Amino acid sequence: MKTEASSNSLSRKISAGRRTYDTVLKVLIYLSAAVTFLLLVGLIGYIFYRGLPNISWEFLTTQRKVLEDKIGILPNILFTLYTIITALLVALPIGIGAAIYLNEYAGNRKIVRFVEFSTETLSAIPSIIYGLVGMLFFCQKLGLKSSVLAGSLTLVVMILPSIIRTTQESLKTTPQSYRDGALALGATKWYSIRTIVLPCTIDGIVSGSILAVGRIVGESAALLFTAGAGYVLVTNYIKALSVSGGTLSVMLYVYVMENGEFDVGFAIASILLILVLVINFSAKAAKRKLKKIG
Amino acid sequence: MKARNITEKIMHGIFIVCGMISIVAVVGISAYMIISGLPAIKEIGLKEFLLGQVWKSTASEPLFGILPFIMSSFLATFGAILIGVPVGLLMSVFLSKIASPKLASAVRPAVELLAGIPSVVYGLVGMIVLVPFVMDVFGVKSGSTLFTAIIVLAVMILPSIVSVSENALNAVPKKYEEASLALGATKVETIFKVSIPSAKSGITAGIVLGIGRAIGEAMAVMMVAGNVANMPKLFGSVRLLTTAISSEMSYASGLQKQALFSIGLVLFVFIMIINVILNTLLKGGNRNEN
Repeated sequence: MKTEASSNSLSRKISAGRRTYDTVLKVLIYLSAAVTFLLLVGLIGYIFYRGLPNISWEFLTTQRKVLEDKIGILPNILFTLYTIITALLVALPIGIGAAIYLNEYAGNRKIVRFVEFSTETLSAIPSIIYGLVGMLFFCQKLGLKSSVLAGSLTLVVMILPSIIRTTQESLKTTPQSYRDGALALGATKWYSIRTIVLPCTIDGIVSGSILAVGRIVGESAALLFTAGAGYVLVTNYIKALSVSGGTLSVMLYVYVMENGEFDVGFAIASILLILVLVINFSAKAAKRKLKKIG
Repeated sequence: MKARNITEKIMHGIFIVCGMISIVAVVGISAYMIISGLPAIKEIGLKEFLLGQVWKSTASEPLFGILPFIMSSFLATFGAILIGVPVGLLMSVFLSKIASPKLASAVRPAVELLAGIPSVVYGLVGMIVLVPFVMDVFGVKSGSTLFTAIIVLAVMILPSIVSVSENALNAVPKKYEEASLALGATKVETIFKVSIPSAKSGITAGIVLGIGRAIGEAMAVMMVAGNVANMPKLFGSVRLLTTAISSEMSYASGLQKQALFSIGLVLFVFIMIINVILNTLLKGGNRNEN
């Protein structure tokens, strides 16, 4: 009671200098918040304003016809899809396996720390370096050339850290008693992981995969060198793996920088923005919903 | 029983292999960068390569000096930090200390959304909106300048600074702030003289993370920086380490291509140094909190 009273009397006696300090910083804080928020709103508003009018059914469902000077992005929507599927197909088992190893098997703290350090390093390497190494290793050394497969494999290494991390986080929150119970009932380690532990980590795996999809959709530098900017329609997934295929982000760059097609650029940017909104929203929803089940 | 044991052993082995893949990847990437980056440096000479001021890769007597790229990368990153850090820090203060939980949880997704926007989209908007703006306001011949790149990079690193700083500010023990308030400090004074100094290592980690992002960004910068291999001027066209690689990669061959890999190696070394600093900071921060 006494301290409250004295603090009240003190705040009344604040000097003019302190009051100015207070007000100026408060204004700056609100200003920064407002600037950041307006920036986002302005950015989204402007992209949709310039992009949405240029999206037509024809734009979405045809391929580029150079002779008629018409641009359609159906092949690139498909290439984006193929890249996502291929990268996740390879990265998910490896990432989940690595997380299980780190959390369930590895006894040596030093090894765990070393693996975690490498994972952090991987997430710090810029995508252009991935592009260079992917080009040298997958395209040239393994002879995959500029192809969807080479691009996807490069992305596998890029998205691995986030899949490992989210899976590991949710493994850590799975109660130890579940594992003890399974072992006490005579289940082997792998059996208990497969039937008890993994189903509990589904929230981490799903939100990790969604984050990875976001990263793949936005990636351009690494893919430009490894998957190229092909725009020929390929509907057969297996066949598409061996051809050069530009994802939406890569094509945005190519159309804008090489062809000066700004309207097409903004149209693709609007589609990317909608995808990012959906991805962010579903990552949150997945985490909330699946946690309840787990 | 025996079959079960074998399955156990096999699965254990598979998990070990999965766990080791990230180590293999890091070692592999480092090895590839070094092996492909060294030959050109050897041929050009380390001093001429790093300190040479002229880059003429396609001339009949080619010159490969990357000092302009290093300086431009350094200045662009520095400028982005200069703008991005104050705004980001104040924004994280807003989210962590000022805004009501309800308002904060409404604004936070907006910051996450900024992080999710692809870099080519930033590049496109920068190119169409910012470049003409810089040209008109500052009266320069072309708006594709170092300054434009700095603004775009500042926006792009904002989300990582905000989220890391906010986590650090949230981790400051409540009793520190309560003690400061009880001693008669105002809320703002408490934030700037108690909370921020206690969260120092976390905030620094956010800044270093931002530096890493800025120095590694390629596509957005490529679209707004003009891409001429000059020594940097604030309102002049510049080429950074990343854009030097991506602008010539598609047609380079021979020594020119090898030199591009050497630029990649220089960039890689910078990133590794930043990563080591980041790790030390985060470890030190955790120790303090314990």
